[in-house]
Amino acid sequence: MTTDALGGWGLPLAILAGTLRGSVPFLFVSLGECLTEKSGKINLGLEGSLLLGAIAAYATSYHTGSPWLGVLLAGLAGVILGAIHAWLVQQRRVNDISVGIAMLVFGSGAAFYLGKPYIQPIAPQLPAIPLGAWSPLPQVQSALMVSPLLLLGMAIAPLMQWFFRSTRWGLMIRAVGESPVAAAAMGISVPRVQTLCIISGSLIAAVGGSYLSLYFPGSWNENISSGQGLIAIALVIFARWNPIHCLFASFLFGGTQGLGPAIQSIGVESYYYLFNSIPYLLTLVVMILTCSPHRASVGAPESLGRANNH
Amino acid sequence: MLARNWRNLLESTCIPVAALALALIIFGGFCALEGHNPFAIYASLYEGAFGSWFSWQNTLLRASPLMLSALCTVLPARLGLIIIGNEGAIVISGLVAAVTGLSLTGLSPSLALLLMAIAGMATGGLWIAIIGALRHYRGVNETISSLLLNYVAILLLSHLVEGPLRDPASLNQPSTYPLAEALHLGNFPGSRIHYGLLWGLVTCTIAHFLIQRTTFGFATRVVGGNARAAKMAGLAVGKLTLAICFLAGSCAGLAGMIEVAAVHGRANGALHSNYGYTGILVAFVARQNPLAVTLVALLMGGILASGSLLQRAHGLPDATVLLFQGLVFLVILYSESWYGRMAWFQAPIADSGEGERG
Repeated sequence: MTTDALGGWGLPLAILAGTLRGSVPFLFVSLGECLTEKSGKINLGLEGSLLLGAIAAYATSYHTGSPWLGVLLAGLAGVILGAIHAWLVQQRRVNDISVGIAMLVFGSGAAFYLGKPYIQPIAPQLPAIPLGAWSPLPQVQSALMVSPLLLLGMAIAPLMQWFFRSTRWGLMIRAVGESPVAAAAMGISVPRVQTLCIISGSLIAAVGGSYLSLYFPGSWNENISSGQGLIAIALVIFARWNPIHCLFASFLFGGTQGLGPAIQSIGVESYYYLFNSIPYLLTLVVMILTCSPHRASVGAPESLGRANNH
Repeated sequence: MLARNWRNLLESTCIPVAALALALIIFGGFCALEGHNPFAIYASLYEGAFGSWFSWQNTLLRASPLMLSALCTVLPARLGLIIIGNEGAIVISGLVAAVTGLSLTGLSPSLALLLMAIAGMATGGLWIAIIGALRHYRGVNETISSLLLNYVAILLLSHLVEGPLRDPASLNQPSTYPLAEALHLGNFPGSRIHYGLLWGLVTCTIAHFLIQRTTFGFATRVVGGNARAAKMAGLAVGKLTLAICFLAGSCAGLAGMIEVAAVHGRANGALHSNYGYTGILVAFVARQNPLAVTLVALLMGGILASGSLLQRAHGLPDATVLLFQGLVFLVILYSESWYGRMAWFQAPIADSGEGERG
């Protein structure tokens, strides 16, 4: 009878709930990648940070009983992977795309290796914030149970926007990304700025990983991210390197990802795998629509993907 | 005095070997931290890879798909593209090859196998050519799009083998109907090694001649060196991109067809067995050289083959191999920065100056 009380609102509510739940990993990884790319370097390995962050958080929460300590350790794992990436891309003749692929393999290898004993045990989860407590309807209440990490991510996006636009450090990062030569002439240490951006970007992505293992789906297995870190990197192109747009793009993709399970829940069984491929295809379509062979994408840092001069 | 190209060859041999040794040392250190004896682990690695005829056969079985899969990264790399859609191309073309084999009845087995290979290669070729076309005509980053297509290929395989193409008798692992016995690719006499190894070696050799000895290969290398200059010189960069991507994909497609015809005998989830991802590593360790790919594929095949011994003898998780691969990948990329630094490998200035003086 409760479905009747909702009237036609059942499906939109399910989609809203799915969007709020599914968008957080996209949000964190795309913000991390946005910060990294603003400094002119690409980190394709954030999927590795996401996975290692997820297992670091899960294991810590399991052993200490404190999920927040887990989030902290996830960040630390991200810092370690970011530091390796940052150090490697500053070497001569080393290309950041290749390093990203290697970090993807290494990060997931490390996560799967360390995660083997944690597939069975159940770790304490992050608390949920009941934003829907005002409503008498249990469906609304459960749809609006949000993770504190969602609120954190939603706060980071405008903060990062302000940081790039209005602070001295943000300007320095943008200068490095637009023209490393000019930035160096201004007395900015290009390698240092890029290193800090790569490490912070990996940290943010890894915190997103702790959401996967400690909130939704809230367990550890090797398919926990299945390419979300990669989709999020493509999202940054779609979002034109703008943190606020990253937020909206993450909601869009989080919603799409919930589409498969939502459609399955109303009884369509047979196309499960095809629905699950929608986020990847949508990412591809979005890239086809937003890229151009003739000019660099609008909003792209000028020196993105080019080798530093040594 | 050693000639310049010999010194270069020596340098590009010694550095990857040194890098592999460094990766092994770091890996040993990691194992020691975990409480294992690193030397026992090295011994197991060798034992599982090259220690006996049994291990050699395991290694060679894994080396042949790796050779073909690596070419899928190597060929576009010579054009300056980083394509890592090997896994997707293998999966999708293995599926198409299996369907081709199932629908061909009444043909002679060798003709049917040939048609399966052509179907697989064409599918893989088109799969990667899409990526090349998106890159050339729309400027879509080829690395990201190829990785996305991997997920699409795997989900498409799952959909088809669990739905429309499913053999109802396959309960535990949903699969297509099995191929007829006659359509199985044979083994070398007296071994478990199938003829796919031969195809892998031949394809690598052809790829080498194509890149190094033909006008087409020369044009490819020019574009890889400087795409803008190549365009100025009137090279058809778009056509080259599509052709190279098609060839690259068809190598991976052949790998998929061989896996179906020689190993699984049908298409199922086992096609997605990470040969694609390991192939990327092989390509990078071989420094995008098709001949070096054969040796590196042998080495990586050995590492894959020793994985189960590492699990059994030392209780290490199966992800150990992935971790080690990641480590090798990182160290190999780092070793790129060693080139040109060690004076011994550089031809003395006097050497190169002599021509001018004379």
